[in-house]
Amino acid sequence: MLQHLIVLPIVIPLISGILLLISRHGSTRIKRALGVGSTALLMLIAIALLGKASGGEVDYYALGGWQPPFGIVMVLDRLSALMVLLTAVLALGCVVFASAGDDEQGSNFHGLFQFQLMGINGAFLTGDLFNLFVFFEVLLLASYALLMHGGGKARIQAGLHYVVLNLAGSALFLIAVGVLYGATGTLNMTHMAVRLAELESERAGLVSAGALLLLVVFGLKAAILPLYFWLPRAYSSAPAPVAALFAIMTKVGIYAILRVYYLIFGDLAGPLTALEQPWVWWLGLGTLAVSAPAVLAARDLRLLVAYLVLVSVGTLLAGIGMRTPEATGALLYYLIHTTLVTGGLFLLAELIGLQRGKAGTRLVKGRPLRNGGLLALLFLVGAAAVAGLPPLSGGIGKALLMAAATPSQQPWLWSLLLLVGLCALIALSRAGSTLFWRSHEGEPSELALGKRQLFGVIWLLGASPLLVLLAGPVSDYTQATADQLSSPTSHIRSLLPEHANGGDA
Amino acid sequence: MESLYAITTGILTACGLFLTLRGRSFPVVVGLTLLSYAVNLFLFSMGGLTTNGAVIVDGPGDYADPLPQALVLTAIVIGFAMTAFAVILAMRARGDMGNDHVDGRQTDEPREERR
Repeated sequence: MLQHLIVLPIVIPLISGILLLISRHGSTRIKRALGVGSTALLMLIAIALLGKASGGEVDYYALGGWQPPFGIVMVLDRLSALMVLLTAVLALGCVVFASAGDDEQGSNFHGLFQFQLMGINGAFLTGDLFNLFVFFEVLLLASYALLMHGGGKARIQAGLHYVVLNLAGSALFLIAVGVLYGATGTLNMTHMAVRLAELESERAGLVSAGALLLLVVFGLKAAILPLYFWLPRAYSSAPAPVAALFAIMTKVGIYAILRVYYLIFGDLAGPLTALEQPWVWWLGLGTLAVSAPAVLAARDLRLLVAYLVLVSVGTLLAGIGMRTPEATGALLYYLIHTTLVTGGLFLLAELIGLQRGKAGTRLVKGRPLRNGGLLALLFLVGAAAVAGLPPLSGGIGKALLMAAATPSQQPWLWSLLLLVGLCALIALSRAGSTLFWRSHEGEPSELALGKRQLFGVIWLLGASPLLVLLAGPVSDYTQATADQLSSPTSHIRSLLPEHANGGDA
Repeated sequence: MESLYAITTGILTACGLFLTLRGRSFPVVVGLTLLSYAVNLFLFSMGGLTTNGAVIVDGPGDYADPLPQALVLTAIVIGFAMTAFAVILAMRARGDMGNDHVDGRQTDEPREERR
């Protein structure tokens, strides 16, 4: 059983998703119990995987017993274990929140949710480039349906854009995979890294074209500067628990950039090493720059949070663009923080919108909130964390990133990061004072807060103070992850021992 | 054969891109379909074009790379499912929004109307 642990984060959601689809007309309680139970089990497995990976060994699971480089492998290293655990923690908050009633607005919520988790976990664990494409499609197909859960004009319209864009992105992904396969003759990412070291020079142009095409695809998923226009509308019109889960979807793109460009185009790739770096650095800064006015201009709390996701994407990309182990360690800490906190803010926005009745989450005068005090406190924690104020995790993440910048990068990164932080702070304080303080009309809403909804919000927003308390061990782990990531040799030694000596040389 | 193959793939891609950039959902779906055909052809050629070769490794002789064929098969299946989904979605959008514009609003496009 223990040796199958690596593949369980894919198999468990698959099995429970199938069970949930079979029993789709069954009682709601059973579906909820199955959905929440499966997600909680996933979290336990993810913790076990993290413990296994934290030793620094790269472990792999050969599907069907076909050894690398011939078969498809699932690879477990520190980075993938961290991402799987982050997904499970986020998903548990979302699925408990959804069990308060959002799951009954349409059909098959819990089944689709499990398939989405299967796709995300698969993308994090796979060691094969084509398999990464397949898991991207699994998670996208589930996300299309989840985005439109409950129906409505806004969702259908945002969904149409999202689907068409991602279908075009899939086409580009296949072209890039085809080019890389044609040039290197392998699809296993570790083997590709070995092959690139002995690449004939006339093929280098072909490989760099394929590599930068992959950056376009991952940039579309991660919402980089010229490719982010789908994100705000899709995220702000999705149902709250789905929008919160989507907080990890942009990070799938970030993960793929980290994985592909550090493993395949790592320090063995000769002239192709770090070929994405200038693009990622400047586009990351550009994303930060355009997100500042967007955050200030948002007139709806959900849209505001969607643009804050964009801010976090820009910050993470700038961190990848620095391409030092320190910066990678810092950005992984920031990634944990921003995924959980923006997810929590999407859920919180839904609670605030529910209690404000017709005004919803628009930043206008509305009904007074029935649980104004509690919600305002949670909003304060979430806003302070996401804007990057010092006592909470956002501040630590940003400080780590800024400390990792080299002197030539500092003027750009520091000024933009702090300016965007200020804009986010202004926008959030304006939103908070409108929602909680500005003169209200009418009676408070009758709608009470559900226990499950509150659990979901506190579970995700509570991660921020927890990340401060555990900042030492967490940043140690992310730093160790960055060190493991900085060179493909540990992957080569584990997956392809016969190439290990050539790889070290 | 290489140039014919490349021209075919290129024309399919160009047509697919052109149609994908149209304003109405039906041409967009057709464009995406053409684009996925072009991508499938492209993937198929990535192992190198082989004529009269065995389909599997059969001794030292001439053989075709079997992996692109497996990849294309997977890509076709996924592309087929996605196209079916996009068609249903476009129909739903037509029903919900009352027009088939991808932005969901009736814009006056005199150029399109006159044709």
